[in-house]
Amino acid sequence: MTATTLDRPVRTQEKPSMLKTFLSRNGSMMPTFAAILILILLFAGAEAFLRGDFITPRNISALLLDNAYLLVLAVGMTFVILTGGIDLSVGSVMAFTGILGARMLAEGAPVAVTVPTMLLGGAAIGLLIGILVQYFGVQPFIASLAGLFLGRGLAYIVSLSSIKVEEPAILWLQSTRMSFGGWYITPTGIIALSAVAIAAFVLHLTRFGRTIYAVGGNEQSARLMGLKVGRVKIAAYTISGFCAGLAGLILTAYSGAGYPRNGIGTELDAIAAVVIGGTLLIGGRGYVLGSMVGVFVYGTIKTIISFMGAEQSWMQIIVGALLLLFIVVQRAIVARSDGRR
Amino acid sequence: MTEDNVVPPIVEMTGITIRFPGVLALDRVDFTLRPGEVHSLMGENGAGKSTLIKALTGVYAIDAGSIVVAGERKTFSTAADAQAAGISTVYQEVNLCTNLTVGENVMLGHEKRRGNAIDWKSTHRAATEHMEGLGLTIDPRSMLSSHSIAIQQLVAISRAMVLDAKVLILDEPTSSLDRGEVEQLFGVIRGLRDKGVAILFVSHFLDQVYEISDRITVLRNGALVGEYPIAELPRDALVTKMIGHELEDLAAIASSSHRVIDRSGTPVVRAEALGKRGVLEPADLDVYEGEVVGIAGLLGSGRTELVRLLYGADRPDSGTIEVHGEHAKVHQPRHAIEKRISFSSENRREEGVVADLTVAENIVLGMQARLGWLRKVPKKDQDAVVQEYIEALGVRPANPNALVGNLSGGNQQKVLLARWLATAPELLVLDEPTRGIDVGAKADIQRKVAELSAQGLSVIFISSELEEVLRLAQRVVVLRDRRKIGELDSSSTDLDGLIDYIANAGEGSAA
Repeated sequence: MTATTLDRPVRTQEKPSMLKTFLSRNGSMMPTFAAILILILLFAGAEAFLRGDFITPRNISALLLDNAYLLVLAVGMTFVILTGGIDLSVGSVMAFTGILGARMLAEGAPVAVTVPTMLLGGAAIGLLIGILVQYFGVQPFIASLAGLFLGRGLAYIVSLSSIKVEEPAILWLQSTRMSFGGWYITPTGIIALSAVAIAAFVLHLTRFGRTIYAVGGNEQSARLMGLKVGRVKIAAYTISGFCAGLAGLILTAYSGAGYPRNGIGTELDAIAAVVIGGTLLIGGRGYVLGSMVGVFVYGTIKTIISFMGAEQSWMQIIVGALLLLFIVVQRAIVARSDGRR
Repeated sequence: MTEDNVVPPIVEMTGITIRFPGVLALDRVDFTLRPGEVHSLMGENGAGKSTLIKALTGVYAIDAGSIVVAGERKTFSTAADAQAAGISTVYQEVNLCTNLTVGENVMLGHEKRRGNAIDWKSTHRAATEHMEGLGLTIDPRSMLSSHSIAIQQLVAISRAMVLDAKVLILDEPTSSLDRGEVEQLFGVIRGLRDKGVAILFVSHFLDQVYEISDRITVLRNGALVGEYPIAELPRDALVTKMIGHELEDLAAIASSSHRVIDRSGTPVVRAEALGKRGVLEPADLDVYEGEVVGIAGLLGSGRTELVRLLYGADRPDSGTIEVHGEHAKVHQPRHAIEKRISFSSENRREEGVVADLTVAENIVLGMQARLGWLRKVPKKDQDAVVQEYIEALGVRPANPNALVGNLSGGNQQKVLLARWLATAPELLVLDEPTRGIDVGAKADIQRKVAELSAQGLSVIFISSELEEVLRLAQRVVVLRDRRKIGELDSSSTDLDGLIDYIANAGEGSAA
């Protein structure tokens, strides 16, 4: 090794300040920190406005319960967006797997068959989108739009109307409340949090996860670095599809029924949550924990508006404004990091 | 150094042939690389250097020939295959991921793991060790984007060391480095060479090639000219071999463009203190009638940025533009076209020709744009203009109805040039018009530019190939680090003088 060492080191760092080191290492976390800040501000604002009635164990626990399906969708979406893609199909895939599960149970299929079918059905549609994107060079927007129509159409084929679910094992997911003091959590909440934890592990501690980031950062470079770009991209869409299937299960348990018109526009809510959570739409930068924060920001705004008894359309205006703000902030961050090169 | 004939070669490429639609990119080329040597691959743009490299790195599949690495015949279909065989490449535009940390870029795909989980601590420690092996001591947890291109290049070489490369390919590694950085890189290269790594070096800078190489292989027009030990190939012989019979041709262009320009009157275009924050420091630029002004500087020095501001493609935040002595508002390309300024972009495919239209349609586009969309150019005029330029520029095939997408790069560039010439501009701005095109087309384009300027057309000519700039321009504006550092009269300087000026001039005042 010493043979190749230069007479003097190329660049020796003087002791940089703690803050500088932190920023040079964690610049891409800034949007996520901003999302956490906004979440705190929302809580504080609502708490002040509602005179201490807002931050209660019951409300916070309900936040997770009510948004568990969205959280799972956002987890899958994070994988896809990190590769620089987009998945518009998740809302209708969730509806399809939900109504498929409800119908199967109504026809007498056992839970042990129904649940895997729901999950694999979602994953299969994701796989299809991934193959379209990777091998047929279709734009992710178009490929997943096809998936959106496919999912919705399949949902209507399964049933045109709502099917009630009576299966106790499914309803158990929703109705079981494990309480600690005023706090509670349902199995659906545990599933959603597990999805976040597993995704965080995969993205940060496996080679597969790091390849996702590399592909999103520069696909060409990733390929030249000898990484398996094609496989990883297809896997990202498959994961998103699987998560849509899982969200279908959670939503079915939550509403006690399958309904083919479920989740219209929910893909956009998932994308919004991911972006608000600090993941860049151009790919390569972002955190799944940020997406969780994004979902909670989204859910909190919704709760506040219903507490205030205001029109639900305000929800969309506020989420729209937040999205705009975050995209501008992200642009600035990207421009800054490009400018430094 | 090692005895040439004793060491068995690490790479033997024999009879390599690669065809692209309509082009024979490589024609039965042989290439041999031995352990412990620095071997330079030389040739003009379009000679087939990068195609040969891409054949060796698994980016392109070969149509004929064989590649033998360490005695084993190999077929590479992806970059990963080549890397597994010990061949690593550092490209000019560093192919790493700027969104990741330095350490990750070094170790990506080879992270240290405990079970299935990446052990970041030992991964970063390994990255640090590999980098320190090259004398690079930077924080492995810092983002790659926070480092200069020179450092990024060393990071890329560190990555090659992780892959245990026996062959290291450096494709134009020095094009955006300053002199000190080049020395550091060469130190690293020499160290690796002494450890027995075979290094394939590609550079446009002859000085650097002679400083670092043990052996040179010359390509021309996709064919092998020969392989020579460095001591047996003097510089002028190398240039002759690279350029071949074109040399006299180009010399004629050079002599025709060394005219004296009358700079007493009003310039055709004058820009004063034109600048944009973070893009270009305010710079002045005058172009007189019949003058070719060259713009020289390294990649990223602000060459393209300057002309984009002049053309209104980007909005300057300081400065004024005068056309024929009158103040002109150029906020959009449309305004520039109205003032008879035409701009041919360096991104031929993205901002230039429309691949799905025919040659004739592409040429007429520019005329039509100037007239406005409502006044149609009569068919007869169209045909006449198209025919005239196809002949004048030697577009091949000489078929106005051929789709531009099917033409070679050189011919696309000619069509683009024809489009702007058809608008009868007074100032033609050409940004890298000869990049990536074959020698013949290059000479055609240069000849046409020299001819037109002799007839009174003013031209701004940007090229990374400084020989071209010196050949065509009467005056050369030199930029560095997004700042104009001066102007040179091309009759009073030569290539070395210009390179030295780009590298060193104004150092004192810059600080």
